[in-house]
Amino acid sequence: MLRQVQNVASDTAPAVEAIDIVKDFNETRAVDGVSLAVPAGSIYGLLGPNGAGKTTTLRILLGIIDPSSGLRRVLGRERPLDAAEEIGYLPEERGLYPTMPAREAIAFMGALRGLPLAEGRRRADALLHEHGLGEWAKKPIRTLSKGMAQTVQLLGTIIHKPRLIVLDEPFSGLDAINQARLEELIRGEADAGATIIFSTHVIAHAERLCERIAIIAGGRVAFEGRVDEARARLRPIVRLRTRNSAGPWLDALPAAARREGDEYVFELPEGGPEPLLKALIDGGAGIETLAIERPGLHDAFVAIAGNAAAAAMAEEKGE
Amino acid sequence: MRQFIRGAFVIARRDFAATVLSKAFILFLLTPLFPLLLGGLFGGIGARVAAQTETPVVAVIASQGEFARLLRSRDQLAPALGRDSLVRLVGYELEADADGQRRRLLASRDPPLRAVLSEGFGEPRLVGSLDSSAIEQVRLILGTARSESLPAIRVTNVQASSGSLDRQRAITAQVSQMLLFFLTILLSGMLLSQLIEEKSNKIIEVIAASVPIDALFVGKLCAMLAASVLGILVWIGGGALLIQLVKHGGVATLPPPAVGWPAFLVLAIAYFATNYLLLGAAFLTIGAQAATVREVQTLSMPLTFAQVLLFGFASTAVGAANSPEGIAAAVFPLSSPMAMIARAAEEPGLWPHLFALAWQALWVAIILRLGAQLFRKTVLKSGPRRTWWRLRRA
Repeated sequence: MLRQVQNVASDTAPAVEAIDIVKDFNETRAVDGVSLAVPAGSIYGLLGPNGAGKTTTLRILLGIIDPSSGLRRVLGRERPLDAAEEIGYLPEERGLYPTMPAREAIAFMGALRGLPLAEGRRRADALLHEHGLGEWAKKPIRTLSKGMAQTVQLLGTIIHKPRLIVLDEPFSGLDAINQARLEELIRGEADAGATIIFSTHVIAHAERLCERIAIIAGGRVAFEGRVDEARARLRPIVRLRTRNSAGPWLDALPAAARREGDEYVFELPEGGPEPLLKALIDGGAGIETLAIERPGLHDAFVAIAGNAAAAAMAEEKGE
Repeated sequence: MRQFIRGAFVIARRDFAATVLSKAFILFLLTPLFPLLLGGLFGGIGARVAAQTETPVVAVIASQGEFARLLRSRDQLAPALGRDSLVRLVGYELEADADGQRRRLLASRDPPLRAVLSEGFGEPRLVGSLDSSAIEQVRLILGTARSESLPAIRVTNVQASSGSLDRQRAITAQVSQMLLFFLTILLSGMLLSQLIEEKSNKIIEVIAASVPIDALFVGKLCAMLAASVLGILVWIGGGALLIQLVKHGGVATLPPPAVGWPAFLVLAIAYFATNYLLLGAAFLTIGAQAATVREVQTLSMPLTFAQVLLFGFASTAVGAANSPEGIAAAVFPLSSPMAMIARAAEEPGLWPHLFALAWQALWVAIILRLGAQLFRKTVLKSGPRRTWWRLRRA
């Protein structure tokens, strides 16, 4: 039984909120206590490996399926369908009626969200022209290329100017040019005030676009917060090149330091760079170059998701 | 509610346009022509073959005057006995070798003679291989020919006697029930595969996130009902025109129903709608569970038989609307429209129909609600994990 909450939206409230959501399919737990809060007007990434529970979480947040337990609140409403007119959704498995002309398909998707058909057609024509598909407006979907059909569906997702846009793996199947266009479109919608949630297993997109992310692994949220907070989970990496190959300075390196070509690579020790530098200089390393790199989101993702998956597996074995 | 109605309308509009504006819909409108054409073709051939092989041909060896009287007599009896089933007569002049002539005629294949009638009106003799019915026909023709004319009767037609009215109304009940059954079986089957398109092209996810699943079901059902009604209007128009052309007096000569033609026609439309919606809702629910067209095809056969059973159950109401079976057929939701249209033909009074229509509408809503819940649970994989038996065990 879901806990009753007030259906009141406010400017400070998160656009989307999930509290301890659980979803079971028969004996399989697909989502295991997911909690997250998506600030209004932000671009929010849902990251995780395949099968982590990202799509199921999004489907629950959109009201396509109900959770087995837990609470969800979307644009201030506990029943997501009540906010359907303010939401746009691009599912992972794209689908359009193949015989429907492109502009009709876009207008139809708008009509589903409460946009009058005539206005939908007008906006569809404008959007198709804007995205270089003007001449395809009256052509049936089945005659469009896969990329064009994906663009049409994406335009159908935003035709009614939603406050919340949910995109499930939006970059999959797109070439590099269309991926860049999509990133631009997402930024444009966010600039216009929309909240955007997208799921992906390609970290680069999240790194470029997102302010906040949730990393999901094994149906659980392994991390939820700002991108730089995720990066901060890992220690900076030191890349060191020396003139001397032996000497007391070697004792200053951590035990986990490894050689990559003519460099030593290791995590920056707890004490920070100053004690390390001092020990290297005093030990006669003859430093040629020393670089301290901030870890990327990819490294953070691999570490967080990998650890979470490993922990989940260990827990399953323990059971 | 506003969201529900809007969603259902958007779905219905899309489905109706996709159905009616397709080339396949023209073929659909021509559907009744195929059985008519086939019936006409095979019926014509069958009738011709039957006429050639079954109507006995009798050779009459007589003078021209006697033969003419026999032909007149046959013409007088034809309306009562049926012109096509009455023995045909072919006249021959008497030859010198009467026995030889009879043998030759019996051996004739053109025309294929079955018997020879000879030796005049006084002591007529029939030789051949006729059955007793044909022999009686020959006897009647001879008898009428002897008396020259049939007695005249003064006839006064009244609109209907109570006996004829009951029979006519029973015919109207049967015909209307049959029409309702055939139209529904022809049209509601389409609903089995209605959700396959959305499921196979994955747009179901977008729809399920935008409108309640109940609205999707209602929209689809209403769209197909509207397309079916459009088809039926075309067919009824064509049918009425055909009856007007073929039958003397046109549609006005059809047996009158107990509630009168205007009310009956309104009820017929209403009961078609509820019958279609009831069976359609059930079909939509069942078809929605199918993942492929193959599964839908497999399902269609048992469902057709189920419809035939319902028709059989509803037909118990014909001539016995107030019997326990008739009332049971009227109460059972899926047979109720067919039972009630028979009642409209045979029993006056409109109140039972208002109750029946409300009852049927309630069941449409119940089936759709259950269907949508089942769809959410089994196809969209929604709903809580625990099933009822687990809850009971817990």
